[in-house]
Formats: sequence, structure tokens, C-alpha cells
Amino acid sequence: MTKITQIQSDRFGSFGGRYVPETLIGALDEVAIAYAEASCDESFQDELKRLNASFVGRPTPLYHAERLGEAAGNRDVWLKREDLNHTGAHKINNTIGQALLAGRMGKRRIIAETGAGQHGVATATACALFDLECVVYMGEEDVKRQALNVYRMQLLGAEVRPVSSGTRTLKDATNEAIRDWVTNVDSTHYIIGSVVGPDPFPRMVRDFQSIIGREAREQFLECLGRLPASVVACVGGGSNAIGMFHPFVCDEYVELVGVEAGGSGIESGRHSASLAAGTPGVLHGSLSYLLQDSDGQVLPAHSVSAGLDYPGVGPEHSHLKDMGRVRYTFATDEQALEAFHKLSELEGIIPALETAHAIAYVLEYGASVNGPILVCLSGRGDKDVSHVAEIESRGSFL
Amino acid sequence: MKASAISSVFAPLQEKGRAALIPYVTAGHPVGDSTSTVLHALADSGADLIELGVPFSDPLADGPTIQDSSFSSLQNGTKVEDVLAELSIFRAERTTPVVLFTYLNPVLRYGLEDFLSDATECGASGLLLTDLPVGADCEVERTIAESPLDFIRLVAPTTRAERVPEIAENSSGFLYYISRAGVTGARSQLRESLGDEVAELRSQVGLPVVVGFGISTPEQAREVGCASDGVVIGSALVRIMEESGVEAGARFVARLRAALD
Repeated sequence: MTKITQIQSDRFGSFGGRYVPETLIGALDEVAIAYAEASCDESFQDELKRLNASFVGRPTPLYHAERLGEAAGNRDVWLKREDLNHTGAHKINNTIGQALLAGRMGKRRIIAETGAGQHGVATATACALFDLECVVYMGEEDVKRQALNVYRMQLLGAEVRPVSSGTRTLKDATNEAIRDWVTNVDSTHYIIGSVVGPDPFPRMVRDFQSIIGREAREQFLECLGRLPASVVACVGGGSNAIGMFHPFVCDEYVELVGVEAGGSGIESGRHSASLAAGTPGVLHGSLSYLLQDSDGQVLPAHSVSAGLDYPGVGPEHSHLKDMGRVRYTFATDEQALEAFHKLSELEGIIPALETAHAIAYVLEYGASVNGPILVCLSGRGDKDVSHVAEIESRGSFL
Repeated sequence: MKASAISSVFAPLQEKGRAALIPYVTAGHPVGDSTSTVLHALADSGADLIELGVPFSDPLADGPTIQDSSFSSLQNGTKVEDVLAELSIFRAERTTPVVLFTYLNPVLRYGLEDFLSDATECGASGLLLTDLPVGADCEVERTIAESPLDFIRLVAPTTRAERVPEIAENSSGFLYYISRAGVTGARSQLRESLGDEVAELRSQVGLPVVVGFGISTPEQAREVGCASDGVVIGSALVRIMEESGVEAGARFVARLRAALD
């Protein structure tokens, strides 16, 4: 065989890549080039900074959660309040950046996938801001679980398309968004909601989300005069976690902990813990840890939180796991629901069910950390209130 | 170029000036019919080559018809090894070359080298991976290219001109031109510029150029066949087999063949 030039793409160790239909190669090149140009264009960066301050509400506060710390047996638990962003989660850090980029590329139509609906709402919001057409794909199952967010997206002018194929959740919504992109690639930009997908998405989304960790690191130094001993974030696709971890990766004495959704427990097979229980495989354009069967078919994920209900994970997380730089663990549905209550009662903060997984970890292991803990409070839980109430009135997670 | 079963199909057809008829079916579909029986029916109805889909749980390059066929095949328990076993039953009696059409993950999970040698042993002639574009993974691509299987690659209407020679150099058997940006699925109309695009591509590459995605009627097959070296019919056939059974599918293939003759 003659020489092949490896497609210009960044990998994270052996993970990542561009495993996509040929039709998308040109579009991925276009996004990568536009992003590289925007990254060193001061006017783009200034515009992003201006919107982050005036529209998103950044910087978000760093909050000393004293009562939570008391319950966890560690008096120094600090929350990075991404729940206070406009639209109630970290997702908007990414959508504003990518919508600005779409404008630069002259794309007037935006598509997105969403699980819990937070990314869909954040995308619809950015599209309203920039007057872009917006179509959001959402699994039928999630449309039911997150009815309020469906209406929010519609209110913001987006069209929500329920996806009835496969497992009817985030994985299938992502398949459908990719199919739309393949079909409408000339007019459309795909705003992927997490650090997943083909290059350049995982690194671009990471860069937009890294504002979380950059701010938090600076705030920590300012408030405590030191760095945290441990940094904790929940991991589904892993965008809030990468955003939080990335600026700390070179601080070798800072422990980084990613908390996946353990669902009904790893041994039950009903969970979303790709890093804890998966094996490397290719889904949605990149090579990463994946829940799959012995025949290479992707297994359905499960979590009480729609936003973590995904059988894959961002390729950079796979690399950080194999390097041993980040320790990945999990919290079960039950632990997350308990943490959902605890944080509400102790701090007056209702966390998203996704975020509650990180809180659950702190409640269980906070006492064993020798020093302050920084937690990414990635989103607020208003969207989950009716779902949790329903689960509790039924007395079961099923 | 490899002196393969696939290239020996195209050479005489090119002399005759007829395009190859390449039906696609998903292995394990329709549920209840054995795949080797389906392959026999296609060969009997005039298929020159057959594309056999190995079902994957997340077929993101496929439209609803092939998605549904893959899903029902997997629901019915189809495994990669079952597909290869059915292929070898067919191969014991027939010579019609078969290209395996699938996604990268089931192949990686099976073990790339094991898959290539087992597929070869069971009588596959070529491999097409929809989510492995040229340059995506040099190591995997090299391993496939060094196997006895022809490595079928895709060119899309969105592929930049400077990429085409590299794709052609790293393909064997034939080059698969995607008729339009999008996923697989029947369409009532073809794009007007399709003929010119295929002619341009044929003039650039030293391989037969086959066109697929969206071709659904004998008339469209004839039209595309006049401009290309082969025509792939997928979703339209899968739908007929789903709704009316294998025999109806075979009759449809015979009509397509008549349109090309």
C-alpha cells in the first residue's frame, strides 16, 4: 500500500481521532481551521469574554460549603458555582463559544443533541442570542423525563426533534444529530455538547469549558492561598470535569477525581460507568472507553440522571485514566439521590442530579482527604425536581 | 491493484459496457430467513456483487430503513460470527463476490487480524467500513490493506479534490461514490450533477467507480449505470424484503438487472 497521510487531528495518547463518514471530513477540517484562527484572534476572544461577563454571568463564585463540609467530615469543601451561570449549568460556556464560531464560518443553522436538556437549552439560548436557526435532537425517553426543558427550548425558538431509534436516549440523539450533519453539512454547524465526538470537538469543547478550572484555580489561590488537595467533578461525556481538571493537570499534588454514574451498581450491569467498567471502542467519531458487549455492540447505559446516561466518555478522560492522572470512581443512583437531598437541606442549593454524583463522593470520602476539596457544582437541579418527586412517590428507580 | 474476485467482475462488464449490479442486504434480515438463502436469491436474480451489512447498534451513516433492519437483526441475536458462517455456506456453492459493509467497532472488538483472516476464509472478497475514512487510522488501514480482502473506500460529493488521489491510491476493488451528502436511504430523485461528478471521478482514478446511496428504482439504476461502473441498491431492497419477503426482493433485483442489461 502507498503512503497514507494521517488526517491532521489531535489525539489524546491513542484515544480520540476522526472515525466519521467521509462526507464529514471536509466539515471537520473547516471547523478545526476556523477554531485555530479564532483561538488566536483577539477580537473573537474579546467578544467571548464580553459575553461571558455580561450574558453568562461569569466569573461564577467559589463558595465555601461549611455545612456540607461538616457532614462530609472535611471543613474545607468549596463549590465552584456553575449552577449560577445563565441557563443553570456549565453547558453555556461551550455553546456561546461554538455559536460565535458558527457565525464566523457563515453557518446559519445549528443542530445539537441533548440528554437532560441542559445542553439543548444552552444551545437554543445561544441561537436566540445570535439569531441562528436551531434544531435539537433528544431521545424520546428523555423528552418524557425532562418535559420542562423541552418547553424551554421551544420557548427560545428551537425545534426539538424526539428520537425514537435505538435506546431513545442521548446516544441515539447523538446518532441522529450526526445524520443530520452529514445531510446538511454545507449550511449547518453541529454544536456537540460534551468533550466527545471527532476531532476537533473534544479539544475545542475542553478549551471553552476550561474557564471553569482557570477561574476556580485563581479563586482558590486568592481565598485560601493554596491549591486544593482534591478536585471532584461528575463525568458523563465529561465536559464539566475536563473543564475543571484541565488547568490542574500539571499541578501534580492536586488529586483529580471523576465520578461516573454507577446506576443500580456496576455488578447490576445497569449503569453509565464507561471508564470504570468499559473497554476501548469507537462510537460517535472517536476511540474511547465504551460500554459494549463481546460483539462490539454498544450497550445501553443507565442512570437516574439523563445527562450522565451515555455509554461513552470523552477521549481525553480515557487518556487521563490510562496515564493515572485522574482517578475515576462512581456513585450509584441511590447515593446521588441522597446527595441531592443533602445539599438542598444543608446549603440551600438544589444540585442537578448529574452534579449530585460528585456531591455523593464528597459525602462518602471527604473525611479521608487531607486538605481542601474543590467540587464542580456543574448545574442546578430545578429541572430534576419533578422527576425526583415522581421516583420517590413510586419508591423505585425503575 | 490486487487481482481479486472483485476486479475480475468488473473487467468483462466494462468491455460489455454494462454497469455491475450490487444489491445490499443486512445480515440477519429479514428475521426468519437465513442469510445464505438471501444471498442465493440475490445471486440467482442477477447480482454481480453483493454488499452484506454486518449489523451495528449505532449505524450513524444509515437512514431509517437500514437502521431498522440492523436493529431487528441484532434484537434477533445476530453475531458477527453468525454472519461469517452464513457467508461460508453461500460461498461453498457460489462465486458471486461479497463485500462486508459495516462499522469499525464490531471489527475491532472481534480482533482486527482475526476478523480479516476469518472473513477471508469464509469467502468475503472485500471490506467497507463507513466510519473509517482514509487517513483516520493508519495502523488499522495498513493491516486491512495487507489482507487478501479488497479495501473499498468512499468518496463523497463533499470530498475535496486534492483528497481524491490519496483515497484512490488506498483503495482496491472499486471506489464507492456517495450520490449525495447524507445517510443511506431511498430518494425519489437523483441530483442533476451526479453524472458529471462520476465522469470526472472515473477520469481521475484507475479503479471502477460504483455509485450508491438513494438509488431506488430500475429507471434510476439505468440512469446511474450509464455513467458509472456499478450501482448499489440498498434501502429500497431492504424495505421490499421487510414488507414483502425475500422472493419479492429477488424479483426487484431481477428488474434492476434487466434495466442495466
